[in-house]
Amino acid sequence: MFELLDAALGEGSILLNQEASTVAECFTLAGNALEVSGRTTPEYTFEMIEVFNELGPYMVIAPNIALAHARPGSNVISTGLSLVTLNKPVEFGSKKFDPVNIVIGLAAVDHDAHIDLMAELSEFFMNVTNVNFLLQADEVGNVRALFR
Amino acid sequence: MKIIAVCGMGIGSSISLKMNAEKALEALGIKAEVEALDLRKAQNEGHSADIILTTDDLIPLLQELPGKLVEITYVWDLAEIREKLASALGQ
Repeated sequence: MFELLDAALGEGSILLNQEASTVAECFTLAGNALEVSGRTTPEYTFEMIEVFNELGPYMVIAPNIALAHARPGSNVISTGLSLVTLNKPVEFGSKKFDPVNIVIGLAAVDHDAHIDLMAELSEFFMNVTNVNFLLQADEVGNVRALFR
Repeated sequence: MKIIAVCGMGIGSSISLKMNAEKALEALGIKAEVEALDLRKAQNEGHSADIILTTDDLIPLLQELPGKLVEITYVWDLAEIREKLASALGQ
């Protein structure tokens, strides 16, 4: 059903019920998960935090969902995602969509190879049932089952 | 007719904006090219765009462009994009 999402989320890229109290902590979780699953170098995490500091909360893309990312470049090894759910929501300073309880990390090798992946991502997260399931999920296997 | 979809890095919300704008244009029966751009590229190369689609945070940073700025609240919401594009195109 969501084959591209499933494939983009590599081994170790899904972290459920995490603790974070700041944007930087959220991005570190999402960035580490990208790194562990082989998508990025550790520097990418710092780039994501810099982008947030420079451009602000525009990365809160949907109600309660942040899409953490930096730009394509040498710190991206391959295109992929990470997915972090938070135990307690975090304020990102987004007037329209705060607070955040789902952080999606995105690494892309260029500007257009992941267009179909973004389509699947929005389709999945526009569905409130999927979001609620995700927020209550305790096991990665149950989340994977939702994609398949 | 040239439309650009702009976000900070050109890989996140601008991609969703571009996809939904293309769907909206098709529904409206309008032919136009839609390009997703990062903020810096849009500031430097966006002068030929007739319409600039972006989110609220980036609106102040794109005021210098001559094209019509259209603020999209929710880039995943096709209905909002269709409505605002139709209005910007005078339909």
